[in-house]
Amino acid sequence: MSALLSIENLYVNFPTRFGEFVALDGVNLNVAAGEIHGLVGESGAGKSTVGAAVMGLLQSPGYVASGKIVFAGENLVGLNNDAYHRLRGDRISMIFQDPQTSLNPLLTIATQMIETIRQHRHVSASDARNQAIALLAETGINDIEKRIDDYPHQFSGGMRQRVVIGLALCTEPELIIADEPTTALDVSVQKQILKLIRTLCRERNIGIVLITHDIGVINETADRVTVLRSGRVIESGNTKDVLGKPKQTYTKELMAAVPRLDKRLDRFKNIVGEDDKVIDDSWKVPLASASFATQWLLSEKNEGNERNSHPLLTVSNLDVTFNSGQASWFGKNKGFKALSNINIDLMNGEVLGVVGESGSGKSTLAKAIVGLVPLSAGSMEFKGKMLPAGKHRDRHHPSRRVIQMVFQDPYSSLNNRKTVESIIAEPIRFYGLSHDEVEIKKLVASVLELVGMPQRAMLKYPHQFSGGQRQRIAVARALVARPEFLICDEPTSALDVSIQAQILNLLKDLQQTFGLSILFISHNLAVIRQMADRVVVIKNGEVVETSNTEQFFSAPSKTYSQMLLSETPSLVF
Amino acid sequence: MLSFIIRRLLQSLFVMLAVSLIAFSLFRFVGDPIAQMVGQETSIEDQENIRERLGLNDPMPTQYARFVGNLAKGEFGFSYRTRQPVNELILSRLPATLELGAVSLFISLIVGIPAGIYTALKRGFLSNALLVTTLVGISIPTFVIGIFLIYTFGVALGWLPTFGRGETVQLGWWQTNFLTLSGWKALILPGITLGVYQLTLTMRLVRAEMQEVLKTDYIKFATARGINYRSLYLHHAFRNTLVPVITIIGLQLGGIIAFSIVTESVFQWPGMGLLFLDSIRYVDIPVMSVYLVLIALIFVMINLIVDLAYFAIDPRVRHRGGDD
Repeated sequence: MSALLSIENLYVNFPTRFGEFVALDGVNLNVAAGEIHGLVGESGAGKSTVGAAVMGLLQSPGYVASGKIVFAGENLVGLNNDAYHRLRGDRISMIFQDPQTSLNPLLTIATQMIETIRQHRHVSASDARNQAIALLAETGINDIEKRIDDYPHQFSGGMRQRVVIGLALCTEPELIIADEPTTALDVSVQKQILKLIRTLCRERNIGIVLITHDIGVINETADRVTVLRSGRVIESGNTKDVLGKPKQTYTKELMAAVPRLDKRLDRFKNIVGEDDKVIDDSWKVPLASASFATQWLLSEKNEGNERNSHPLLTVSNLDVTFNSGQASWFGKNKGFKALSNINIDLMNGEVLGVVGESGSGKSTLAKAIVGLVPLSAGSMEFKGKMLPAGKHRDRHHPSRRVIQMVFQDPYSSLNNRKTVESIIAEPIRFYGLSHDEVEIKKLVASVLELVGMPQRAMLKYPHQFSGGQRQRIAVARALVARPEFLICDEPTSALDVSIQAQILNLLKDLQQTFGLSILFISHNLAVIRQMADRVVVIKNGEVVETSNTEQFFSAPSKTYSQMLLSETPSLVF
Repeated sequence: MLSFIIRRLLQSLFVMLAVSLIAFSLFRFVGDPIAQMVGQETSIEDQENIRERLGLNDPMPTQYARFVGNLAKGEFGFSYRTRQPVNELILSRLPATLELGAVSLFISLIVGIPAGIYTALKRGFLSNALLVTTLVGISIPTFVIGIFLIYTFGVALGWLPTFGRGETVQLGWWQTNFLTLSGWKALILPGITLGVYQLTLTMRLVRAEMQEVLKTDYIKFATARGINYRSLYLHHAFRNTLVPVITIIGLQLGGIIAFSIVTESVFQWPGMGLLFLDSIRYVDIPVMSVYLVLIALIFVMINLIVDLAYFAIDPRVRHRGGDD
């Protein structure tokens, strides 16, 4: 096959105050017609920059420093913007990550489709409309003749992504750049969308560059794959070869860091960063150390923290309905039932995994337990005592300290206006765990070291850290309260696989050292498999299945669980 | 949609009741109304008679109910100063203010929106010049701009009149500037003076919103589909910038009408602002309280119109059907 797109020795630079930042460092890539070429790497690897360079839409001030982008025999580098713009949509198209944001909310689907078609083809509006209908029907939207005049917000996420694909395809391009096309979707929808992309690629002989961080998606979809790291191509070849028998160390490590669905590992292998600086330990608080933190955290452990058959937390017949109290003036509002009749037992020292698709009520459950949402029915018992719900729980209720939470997005869960020191010291002060300023300082430094951060970090602000480091800080903040029960709401879903592996390792270590009980919420079954002792599956606010992890992954009893499992992209070869 | 409007109207009713309560308190408690109506020589008995006749001895709720009732019937009482009925007084001044407000709104939109789009899309000399000039315009107090314009175009160049409405035409009770050349000439300077703040605000708001919208995924996606730039900017991007812009413009329009006082006084424009100013000077409380209620009514109506404009622009609001 001759190459449809061939990138030769491409360098893309971004001028910064501190000199040129080389985003792409001599990238070579060949994509044939009718082929799906996977582009995989962690954030900052330059995957999206490749896509933007091909589209000629590099974010200013980035520019192509040298190299060629040859598309169908023509070098696109140096093409003027008008000529480039005629190419866009017409011959090269793009699919974006988030279907919630990639459609114009104020224009109907029909308007957007027809405008795109008529931009590139001389057809009448009604012909364009018929083409649009035929194409959208092909992407699998039911009842499209009626729905084409709807607005984007009237479609679900999966349906919107089909519309996006329809828009990308409507001018019959030869090449499509798909930038994380399924990352924002649930697994079941992801599977359908990937299948659709594959079918369209084969039937229409379109070349597709599939950019993703998800190796499982590449494994199931791509014909060939290129692994990128820091703007360089690490390895390239047939998917089966590269992922099955990786030659380069980085690829091997990357593969090892991906949580496996098929077996449980004790620990993940850590990827050694190319440019991970040696941990800066030149600055230390006197006498602070990780072992001091461990001692301090263990010093006042309450009785009965060994794993036993006594439940730490019992949730009985829990209902959460939103907007039920405030009937509207004209009284139609029945409220939205987020959780109904939930029964969960969490044993001491156990890690309970909660799995479900988006909107299933996983996070609402976490919020109900920490007292952030009111219950409409049911009760919660913690260590044998009633746990007041919502605003009835006093600010100084003892459970406030022993139940701590780690949130999903480390970028918004830390106050950017405070130093790391005052962020971590806050729970110590608030719960009155220590009043001695010297000791508080020592504790903060020690806990930071315990979660694998240099002590010096306490002097800085959150924005000076990467996502993974921030999540470590968030864990440290939860830990200094001396919790017995930790709620982790998708703690790694905003992170790269290698960072995810580190955080999961950290959580495992802490869980073993301190005998923490953890409620671990995730949409990612593979992560759950690595972390949880037992699994609860939630769908539309109801518990579908509860069982032991090993049992669940070898033989799930409910159809829904089986479907979830089968639709998760796996790395089995 | 219908339920939404009805709900909004009911809410507006409450707002109006609250404002009328304030206006009523003003009328009743800022000094003794009788003492201000009568001269030094009026006897105590006569004062008591007037008090009784005006119902000022009734209990407060009765008085308030009567006040609201009169407002609803359009009976606003009499001005202390001119002894004219207040509604005649207001009606004679209202067109002047509304026409001035309309002209300055028009100026601010016709210049502000294109300038905002231009400065959002293009960098360079003209863009910077626009931003700096309007910044100067917004930093200088309105009356200074007014005086500057009067000096330049009225006194030095002698092109435009410096005060008053010029020749007007009477259409029923509505006295309009729009039908004579001299009326138009008289509108230009005060219109610019009043509109310059709104113009800067509109321009900067459109610019900021536009820049924000241009960063969104749907604009990137539309660019990647090769939609021509004209449609991309004016159809896709601009429509999306309108939603927040309309809110601010609406509120500002209310502001223009309510606070045209300074401009009207600089140009001796015989509108409601000038009337209000005179009323303050002579403690003409009936006029002041009616003015208060009227301005509140204008604000409430503009807000309602803004909400309805959302329905027209944003399908997401439309389909939620006002359930929230």
